[in-house]
Amino acid sequence: MRKSIVIISLTGAACLLLCILASLTYGARSVGFAGVIAALTGDGSFSSHVVMARVPRTIFGVLAGASLAISGALMQAITRNPIADPSILGVNTGASLFVVCGITFFHINTGGQYILLAFAGAAVTAAFVYGLASLGYGGATPLKLALSGAAAATALQSLVNTVMLPNTQVMDQFRFWQTGSISGAEFKDIRLILPCLLTGFAISFILAPSLNTLALGDDVAAGLGLHVTRVRAWAALAGVLLCAATTALAGPIGFVGLMTPHLARLLAGPDMRKILPLSAVFGSCLLLLSDVAGRMLGRPGELESGIVTALAGAPVFIILIRKAKVRSL
Amino acid sequence: MKTKESNIVTAGYLRRQRRYLLVSFILLLITLLLAALMMTYGKTIYSPATVIRVLLGEQIQGASFTIRTLRLPRMLAAVLCGLAFGMAGSTFQKLLGNPLASPDIIGVTSGASAAAVLGILVLGLRGSTVSLLSMASGILVSGLIFALSQNGVFSSGKLILIGIGMQAFLNAAVSWMLLRASEYDVPAALRWLSGSLNGVSMESIPGLAAAVLVAGGAVLILNRHLMILTLGDAYAATLGVQVRRIRLLLILFSLLLVSFAVSVTGPVASVAFLSGPIASRITGESQGNVAASALTGSVLVLASDLIGQFALPVRYPVGVITGILGAPYLLFLLLQMNRKGENVL
Repeated sequence: MRKSIVIISLTGAACLLLCILASLTYGARSVGFAGVIAALTGDGSFSSHVVMARVPRTIFGVLAGASLAISGALMQAITRNPIADPSILGVNTGASLFVVCGITFFHINTGGQYILLAFAGAAVTAAFVYGLASLGYGGATPLKLALSGAAAATALQSLVNTVMLPNTQVMDQFRFWQTGSISGAEFKDIRLILPCLLTGFAISFILAPSLNTLALGDDVAAGLGLHVTRVRAWAALAGVLLCAATTALAGPIGFVGLMTPHLARLLAGPDMRKILPLSAVFGSCLLLLSDVAGRMLGRPGELESGIVTALAGAPVFIILIRKAKVRSL
Repeated sequence: MKTKESNIVTAGYLRRQRRYLLVSFILLLITLLLAALMMTYGKTIYSPATVIRVLLGEQIQGASFTIRTLRLPRMLAAVLCGLAFGMAGSTFQKLLGNPLASPDIIGVTSGASAAAVLGILVLGLRGSTVSLLSMASGILVSGLIFALSQNGVFSSGKLILIGIGMQAFLNAAVSWMLLRASEYDVPAALRWLSGSLNGVSMESIPGLAAAVLVAGGAVLILNRHLMILTLGDAYAATLGVQVRRIRLLLILFSLLLVSFAVSVTGPVASVAFLSGPIASRITGESQGNVAASALTGSVLVLASDLIGQFALPVRYPVGVITGILGAPYLLFLLLQMNRKGENVL
């Protein structure tokens, strides 16, 4: 058992390294691995500028993928719900609405303001959707949660349309923000959200053992001396923090948080202490690969990574639903 | 020999029937009134007499063009799409036993509109070809949703969730196409996506009318089976309903309605979702209220289009107005269902 964990971690690290290399290498102009190494040692050639331009988005891809994946894993753990994910819960649309309103009514245009507004929108929507779904019979079941999320997304989208339609300029500015992408990341933006991300990571790793206990069921966990409500609240805070900070900078990138925890669980079993780091690694790989795929598919421009993850993730979502027991829906 | 109880039952049935007919009649009146208002009111206001004379074929300078080319197709499209969305929405909701399971929420309309965007922006198509393409895609997507949710037992919960997944996929495809499009086409495409009556021409009306007549008639006829189906498959089978066949027919006809309507006006948001619940509230819960739902749909579309055109500082397409009407109701519905502790969610 110990051995297999070592193998999985080593493989994961190797995959991540390969993805990072790929992200630095491929694009509208591919430079080759030798070019990357030359650039990193600083030879000042043209291809080294190409590589350097790809460094911030690669770093951000690693961070964002890990945050989204951990956020998804946390949400799935605390809602005990296999399909919990920021994109399913309508959180992205909430962030969108706040940003569009900000652009239209308050003429905001700096990264910090986007982040703050997106953050507020995401947090409010997440709380609202979860609250809506957990009212009444049976708590927040997968079906109730997904429906509440979809319903809220529909409602918010119509508001977004109302604000946006009369104003072509806003629409143009917004449609590039609307589809998630890691291409616009700059070091100063990354520095801005880094504290949020680190706090989120720290809280979630501290909580991992408690989340294992929580998985036994609320009654058993309480019987074992766990403060169930407090653990849930902290985990939810960390989850929203991670996904909101990422969404604020990258726009809505869906399905990363949905797919990776399942993959991690498949490989490493139900222990959250293994699921969280593994999900993070897989999330980074997935997002980097989607970004590279978008650059390759969208030549000479690029396809936003949010579109790629949705195109790849929606089928996975459908497979998950098909495999889930009807009784539990 | 009739017992006292059966007399009470019969009396109750008749009372509900009367109320249903009365409400439907009133809805019909409102529909006609709004339709007439739409013909007369606008930048230039024509008297009803002028409108009637133009419609009877008289040539009047200015009025003929405005009324026959601009307002008549718009009004007819509003009425017919309202009928189609209302009927299809309420059928879906009843069939799947869930007020949230209307075609606009489970991704069927997304399928139709994704094809429309593909047609307009990528293939450069116009007019009726777009309609046909979007209809084919609507049918294909819903077929896929049903096929995917069919392993083992039929479960409406599974179907709804798969529909939501499908919608995410199609929306990603739509965003991709919109991003790749030249800037000029984007407002048009976005309006198309939320539904609009702008630019509806007379040539798309006959097809839509035929679809509403045929499929709508079929849904009306099948309605009494649908009422039995809502009791549950086992009861329905015992009462002599061929469950699988009726369900398939109802779904197919509803899809036909939705696809034709979407291909003419785009997915007018929330109409399919709103009509059924509103109709069942005003007619009383126990009735099979397909006709009332259809008329409610028409009233909604007509009223929203009038509001969108004339009541606000900016002219909004009808879908934006219906979407805004839908939003609070959606949340209210979710809250209420949860409070009642219903297990349908």
